[in-house]
Amino acid sequence: MIMESKNRMIDVRDVYFTYPHNNENESVVALDGVSLHIEKGEFVGIIGHNGSGKSTLSKLLNAIIFPTQGDVIVSGLNTKDHENLWTIRQTAGMVFQNPDNQLVATIVEEDVAFGPENLGVPPQEIRERVDRALAVVEMQAYAHQKPHQLSGGQKQRIAIAGILAMEPECIIFDEPTAMLDPSGRREVMETIKRLNRDKDMTVIHITHFMEEIVAADRIIVLDKGKVVMEGEPRTIFRQVKRLKEIGLDVPQMTELAYELRIEGLKIADDVLSIEEMVNALCQ
Amino acid sequence: MLKDVTIGQYYPTGSVIHKLDPRTKILFTTAFVVMLFFLNNLWGYLATFVILVTITLLSKIPVGYIIRGIKGLVLIIMLTVVLNLFMTPGTTVATVGPLTVTLEGLKVATYMALRLIFLVIGTSIMTLTTSPIDLTDGMEWCMRFVPFVRRYAHELAMMMSIALRFIPTLMEETERIMKAQKARGANFETGNIISRAKNLIPILIPLFISAFRRADELATAMEARCYRGGENRTRMKQLTFEFRDGTSLVLMVMMIVGLYLTTMIQIPLIFPV
Ligand SMILES: Nc1ncnc2c1ncn2[C@@H]1O[C@H](COP(=O)(O)OP(=O)(O)OP(=O)(O)O)[C@@H](O)[C@H]1O
Ligand SMILES: [Mg+2]
Repeated sequence: MIMESKNRMIDVRDVYFTYPHNNENESVVALDGVSLHIEKGEFVGIIGHNGSGKSTLSKLLNAIIFPTQGDVIVSGLNTKDHENLWTIRQTAGMVFQNPDNQLVATIVEEDVAFGPENLGVPPQEIRERVDRALAVVEMQAYAHQKPHQLSGGQKQRIAIAGILAMEPECIIFDEPTAMLDPSGRREVMETIKRLNRDKDMTVIHITHFMEEIVAADRIIVLDKGKVVMEGEPRTIFRQVKRLKEIGLDVPQMTELAYELRIEGLKIADDVLSIEEMVNALCQ
Repeated sequence: MLKDVTIGQYYPTGSVIHKLDPRTKILFTTAFVVMLFFLNNLWGYLATFVILVTITLLSKIPVGYIIRGIKGLVLIIMLTVVLNLFMTPGTTVATVGPLTVTLEGLKVATYMALRLIFLVIGTSIMTLTTSPIDLTDGMEWCMRFVPFVRRYAHELAMMMSIALRFIPTLMEETERIMKAQKARGANFETGNIISRAKNLIPILIPLFISAFRRADELATAMEARCYRGGENRTRMKQLTFEFRDGTSLVLMVMMIVGLYLTTMIQIPLIFPV
């Protein structure tokens, strides 16, 4: 029990969240009894149909909104206690979908400095953190550029650097690749994976692109505000029919294997990548 | 079209003027603008012209670039000139139909035009030579000494820098929306003023909706990055007042005093005093 809580990054305990009113002035239950946990160093993918509550969940994790009922514990701190607010926001950083709407400053390095400045870090240390963060996302060369002159993928990497400079333990990505072209998406995914692998960063990655999370440690599937599936990518994606029922895709190769099996070909149902597909077909 | 706006843009050349502390530049520009309205003869404007030329040369900014800044204001300048020209009572020098041009009108119109032009040039030299960050930092510092405004110094500076950050984004967006509406047959180039203004509605509405959405998302992102106002906030770059700022401040005081002294010159230049 003690061992467990020590390695626990995030604990969501039976959380409900209701938006008081939407455009039609009705209340919306966005999360309907969600319990989950994230361990330190994990790479967890979260998928779900539009409106399933993914963004709501992510905002609960860094104390931008608070549960209507239940508890969210980040690194041992309950988001409900007001004095924990800033520690939690610093511990669990957040990268959003639209790269344009999360950059604050007119110069790249000033933007990266924004977070540590808010935390009251001394100027000399901010300088060091900014340089380090820009190096991690490989954007040092752009330190003095204006954000609007960068590509989408580059802007998103700057947003990541801005979070890194706050030295969080965990980063929540809410569809960071949704507005990017394929090359930008690749850049950003490589950066995220590298953070998890080399820097031991806990990553929670919300996405509609299944290929991005085939290598995740765990996948959580949300539907209508509830956790409906949870497990390793292989176990999740082999349930093609069930995923399709809740309006989700599977990785291309898993889909292909599924179709081939329907056609009567004997092939494993948990093929995730092109490589695995080649191996499965050449057997 | 929208890209021609030079006011508020930064033009880095690495000159002495660029390297000055933004506070020095803000103080001088403020004093300069106030002084412009005290000038009461052409000697003063001549001196102002000399000062501006010197600063422009020192700043290494192409003169054409500065002139372009005035182009956008031609209409306002013309309007003031025409109004002053015909509306000032005094000795008639010429009549155009029902309108009369007076000597006093001629004088006031010339002064007004020069004032506006110098005002625009003076302030654009400041913005062209100061990075937006330095400018807002400098303003934040200066506002601390203004009663009433003092309490909101940080917020105002933050608003200003966010505005500067989003101007290019919103301009791109405006152009995108315009293209999209043109593709649907909208016409922005012809028609009278009223129908043109009407044609702008399909641009302004999507632009406003998107601007509000952006503002909302930006606010969330800022909160997620622990923004909580100016209290206990530190800055990566500290403003540093250096030797060259001291020297230029002395020079600037001399210039302002010099300008003030021109108001006492009794010898007329072109216009009788
Ligand atoms: N600010 C809000 N006010 C009212 N209702 C909201 C608000 N934000 C979200 N909702 C509603 O809550 C539900 C969950 O929304 P949420 O944004 O968490 O979904 P999501 O899984 O992130 O969807 P998407 O894939 O489209 O990003 C939806 O029904 C949505 O309409
Ligand atoms: Mg969402």
